Amino acid sequence: MAIWLTEKSKIIVQGMTGGEGTKHTRRMLASGARVVGGVNARKAGITHEGLPVFGTVKEAMEKTGADVSVVFVPPAFTKDAVKEAVDAEIPLCVVITEGVPVHDSTEFWAYAVAKGNKTRIIGPNCPGIASPGASNAGIIPADITTAGRIGLVSKSGTLTYQLMYELRDFGFSTAVGIGGDPVIGTTHIDALQAFQEDPGTDAIVMIGEIGGDAEERAAAYIDQHVTKPVVAYVAGFTAPEGKTMGHAGAIVSGSAGTAQAKKEALEKVGVRVGKTPSETARLMREIMQAR
Amino acid sequence: MDLFEHQAKELFADYGIPVPRGIVAHTVEEVRTAAEQLTGRVVVKAQVKTGGRGKAGGVKVADDAADATEKATAILGMDIKGHTVHKVLVEEASAIAEEYYFSFLLDRANRTFLAICSAAGGMDIEEVAHSTPDKVAKVPVSALTGVDRAKAREIAVAGGLPEQSLDGAAELIEKLWCCFVDEDATLVEVNPMILSADGQVKALDGKVTLDDNAVFRQSEHEAYADKAAEDPLEAKAKEKDLNYVKLDGDVGIIGNGAGLVMSTLDVVAYAGEAFPGKPSPANFLDIGGGASAEVMAAGLEIILSDPSVRSIFVNVFGGITSCDAVANGIVAAFKLLESRGEAVTHPLVVRLDGNNAQLGRQILADAALPRVELVDTMDDAAKRVAELAAVGA
Repeated sequence: MAIWLTEKSKIIVQGMTGGEGTKHTRRMLASGARVVGGVNARKAGITHEGLPVFGTVKEAMEKTGADVSVVFVPPAFTKDAVKEAVDAEIPLCVVITEGVPVHDSTEFWAYAVAKGNKTRIIGPNCPGIASPGASNAGIIPADITTAGRIGLVSKSGTLTYQLMYELRDFGFSTAVGIGGDPVIGTTHIDALQAFQEDPGTDAIVMIGEIGGDAEERAAAYIDQHVTKPVVAYVAGFTAPEGKTMGHAGAIVSGSAGTAQAKKEALEKVGVRVGKTPSETARLMREIMQAR
Repeated sequence: MDLFEHQAKELFADYGIPVPRGIVAHTVEEVRTAAEQLTGRVVVKAQVKTGGRGKAGGVKVADDAADATEKATAILGMDIKGHTVHKVLVEEASAIAEEYYFSFLLDRANRTFLAICSAAGGMDIEEVAHSTPDKVAKVPVSALTGVDRAKAREIAVAGGLPEQSLDGAAELIEKLWCCFVDEDATLVEVNPMILSADGQVKALDGKVTLDDNAVFRQSEHEAYADKAAEDPLEAKAKEKDLNYVKLDGDVGIIGNGAGLVMSTLDVVAYAGEAFPGKPSPANFLDIGGGASAEVMAAGLEIILSDPSVRSIFVNVFGGITSCDAVANGIVAAFKLLESRGEAVTHPLVVRLDGNNAQLGRQILADAALPRVELVDTMDDAAKRVAELAAVGA
């Protein structure tokens, strides 16, 4: 079992003919994901990587039955690509692109809401979503872990991989990289809710980092709604105030958005927070072994 | 990127927002000339990218050019919260009838924009918002519908602005929204927004933060970069397209992925607490997924040119990248640096994990690079690199 992405998911790639799109389409195919086509208005009708390229998301959905789109188009075109996916009402749109201006992500989010939230948006600036052994939409390496019963939600790509790898003997139901931008489509809370409801998930790893108050809000949500064990990790204790640490959203402003505040909020509601990624993996290991 | 007040006001003026006449001055002489040109009473305002400069004595009213010169002597070179004052804005003094607060900003939590407006401006707005929250209107603004004159007026009314200010405020707010959107800003703040004695609504101060992700369509924003205040190592890293932030410790850090590198800083600082002198990270450096030899060499070069570095930690998790490619990158980087006569003189601790980690470790072991140690886990590697920095090996 998994959340949002299963072995039945049919994936199209917006921007499949570009460099990153091509590379990761190959990787997704190699991992066993059902990639069924690509979208590029200027290259409609050609075949790329053995797959048909369509002019629009709508056409690709009609012809292939696709229900997931992965977006690799450059930042300047990302807003329009996501709005097109929303117009086509594709159930899941995974935005990998890094460097999207925040006015654009705020706009496509508002657009999705105005259209009735029929499309779940993950990202932008994220590694995507993987349900090991079932499917893989994005750039998460499929072979570093196995299928299992841990759910993972994270703002960071490499920390996701690190935890997936360290806990590969237990395996994962689904790992969701929600991205490190200030405005993102799917939040920690959305993933926590889905994992709580998923019968295939026993425990949850949550990875956060400095900036904003998403972790604090997630802590409040866990307190009220999550009964499955949650283990967390927060990156950025040593980050100086006012400096953007790699991710556009990873910035401590004044006294807001610090790692310490996030850790305290999580611990207050009974979430165990690891001091290092490996310690976090150990905490999860203890929980899984006790089951 | 944050702008200086004078840059923010120049931008406001471009959008037709009324601002006082002002001249930027870098020296006391320039201040005198500016004050003479403006005539009458002027305000000398320190240009620093931090708040609280008024309380720090960085804003002074002067009666004439001689007085302005005297005030500027005290302000230029002053330190305000770690920012040295290199320039001042000399402005005509405004006759203020009332002071308000206004801003547009990104509301991360609600994934929308927010207008904040209050008739109680000109002082610490956080304090007003805290003690009397009903005096501060927070109005969500949709990215789809934006702000027209009617919406602007609605916001001004919500903020409790008096009738005689509404027309002027609505016009200013509408123009400020255009500036916010067209310039890809994440914050435009006017505090105070004033009603002058002659009935005009003006921006008496300005604070603007621009979105660095939008530079591809805002090429003129590059001109706002404050080259003088930039850390020389950060500037050098930027030229090489490296994602680098200078910190004040002694352990150089290279890793792949922003989250992993942030985590590496924490783990090193944590490990360092057990050693004499408490070694801590000297920098943040994310070389991204690729980790090619060129990027690795460029990263090592920046870190080696930092005199405070005593040991270096290369922390890579092979996700998309395979560790053998990273190991080859490190070997090639050593050769590249050696050929330039910049041999690696600091101890280097390397932790490779994930995709093809065994092969990567083998490549590094076979290369037998001087001063390179392989450690299997991130936690143990952090301890070792902190230990090496502590003994100063």
